[in-house]
Amino acid sequence: MEAYIPLAQWVDVFVRYMELHFMGFFDVVETFIWFIWFNIEKGISFVPWWLLVILLGLIAWRGAGRSEALFTVLGLVFLQGLGVWDGMVRTLSLVVTAMLFSVVIGTPLGIWAARSNAVHAALRPVLDFMQTMPSFVYLIPAIMFFGLGPVPALISIVIFAMPPLVRLTDLGLRQVSPDLIEAARAFGSTPNQILTKIQVPLALPTIMAGINQAIMLALSMSVIASMIGAGGLGGDVLYGISRVEVGRGFVGGISIVVVAIILDRITQGARREKRVRQA
Amino acid sequence: MIELKREAKVSKLGVELQTPETAENNVKQQVQPKIVVKDLVKIFGDRTERALELLKQGLSKDEILQKTRQVVGIYNINFEVQTGEIFVLMGLSGSGKSTLLRCINRLIEPTSGQVLVDGEDVTGADGKRLRELRRKVMSMVFQSFALFPHRTILDNAAYGLEIQGVKKDERYARARPVLEMVGLKDWEGAYLTQLSGGMQQRVGLARALVNNPDILLMDEPFSALDPLIRREMQNELLALQSKVNKTVVFVTHDLDEALKIGDRIALMKDGSLVQIGTPEEILTHPASDYVAKFVQHVDISKVLTAEGVMKPAEAVRLQDGPRVALRRMRELGISSIFVVTRERRLAGIVTADDALEASERRDPNLSRILIEDIFKARPETPVSDLIPILADSKYPVAVVGEDGRLLGIIVRGALLAGLVRKGNGSE
Repeated sequence: MEAYIPLAQWVDVFVRYMELHFMGFFDVVETFIWFIWFNIEKGISFVPWWLLVILLGLIAWRGAGRSEALFTVLGLVFLQGLGVWDGMVRTLSLVVTAMLFSVVIGTPLGIWAARSNAVHAALRPVLDFMQTMPSFVYLIPAIMFFGLGPVPALISIVIFAMPPLVRLTDLGLRQVSPDLIEAARAFGSTPNQILTKIQVPLALPTIMAGINQAIMLALSMSVIASMIGAGGLGGDVLYGISRVEVGRGFVGGISIVVVAIILDRITQGARREKRVRQA
Repeated sequence: MIELKREAKVSKLGVELQTPETAENNVKQQVQPKIVVKDLVKIFGDRTERALELLKQGLSKDEILQKTRQVVGIYNINFEVQTGEIFVLMGLSGSGKSTLLRCINRLIEPTSGQVLVDGEDVTGADGKRLRELRRKVMSMVFQSFALFPHRTILDNAAYGLEIQGVKKDERYARARPVLEMVGLKDWEGAYLTQLSGGMQQRVGLARALVNNPDILLMDEPFSALDPLIRREMQNELLALQSKVNKTVVFVTHDLDEALKIGDRIALMKDGSLVQIGTPEEILTHPASDYVAKFVQHVDISKVLTAEGVMKPAEAVRLQDGPRVALRRMRELGISSIFVVTRERRLAGIVTADDALEASERRDPNLSRILIEDIFKARPETPVSDLIPILADSKYPVAVVGEDGRLLGIIVRGALLAGLVRKGNGSE
């Protein structure tokens, strides 16, 4: 059927145009992202597996609790036993790098949106778009601009994972009682003092919920991004599908579940602890 | 007629002769009031200029709302607050009292008019100076407490110092004595949820006092508390005020509260002031029917003080002797008379019977028949406290100043007359 609105062509033309005229810019971005990710992955894989188990166990214990720590240790030992340790490290490095970018970009955006109704209104449709657009679609321009590999994967992960962080930062800051902000003003606080001493601490549980959600989304996107060469546990799943190796696919799948539960419990625990302290 | 004239004289004197300190302040006050509010107007809306113009032409609030869709919050507000005074803004909800309070520290930006603090134009201050004023000169206490739930009690109290960049040790050292003063010494590490409403507002008060401001702006601070705690907090505020001597602007919708704590009361209605005066003036000389209606159910005996109903004291001096005492009593037609020392300090009372007996014994000394165990009221003692004493006692009640001087006396008949008269005045 003939399309009356040739949106597909327009997008193609736009992407080609960008590719032609902004290649230098994309190269710089690519190098930058690659450099950060590469060092994070190097850092994680430099640590012997048993030491990483202990370190993550300690983080879970301090941040969340004893049972979370136990699950973390057992889960990681299980992954080592399955022989998917390298894939796990790759997936973890992707998620950590994507979270780094999401927090650095998303939190200020959320703060900005909370302070300005205009920004809030402008961001909303953009965030809706980012979140509801089927995640595969991001892969295409990402490949065109950055080729295959971890960098386009990271960009699509960040785009997919960042919206809830922006939204919940915005929401958390706006939920702080106007009475408290008025009191802070009445005592002569500067706008920055109101933000750092009142709003952010009070919004922290909500912001942490945003980080938790973003991590979960990043993990699921990292599986999809394995289609453009992200590697990791998602890669195992993809391999299993394409070769109809049910066993290999299942191992990849269960490993992702284990990593997801570990990351979720640790970040939720941190959030719960903040709540308790405030109560 | 004579009675009325004397009444007026006493209450006039009463304003200036409360205590030696306030008398001293009065002298200073005449030089410069602490807060001056001039022609203050606040209009809510996006086209306030047009509304302001109409307001100047004398249109009413409702007409302006209809014509311009701008809401007049407060208008034509003029008053002065003296140093050390508790100035109460009173009115029903929606009368603009909280708006007016917030215009003083510009939490709400006034549309036109001026607020002067120590002669400085607050309305003209830039952002930095305004913050400086809020940090050092005026602090605020809120109806909702507005305390920070993520901070300990100590960190709440020290908040004002923290944002001024005061080091942790120093701000804690300054906040602790204030917490102790409001009775929360052992709670500094606690969080808000562990505290009752009354205790939370003590924290609010401490937070406002730690900055050591000259001015306290209090927005219905006790309205959210239950009646018993409210009364307790009112008393504590008065006790505190006598120690720290701040200038207080206090908003309330509760007339009893206003009468109890206010040195002067400004009654607001629909965004403007209807009357400013001492509690007694408001009760006895209401400026309009609205004020009269507002105050008609007040228990006048709680507001009227000993000073307001006392009569000039008839007394004899200790060295005068029974004969002189007897003659004075006969002249005045009374059966007992107060005795004062050379410095006019109250020594006691003698009865006519005792004096007669002493003069028959030819005893020249009054001190042997002196009854020293008598009730002494203070000028600020509420009349409601005096009624039971007068009912039980054979003698009049003496009103004495802080130095023990006899200021006046209250007899049963005059007290009742005073109550009836003032009661009628407010009807």
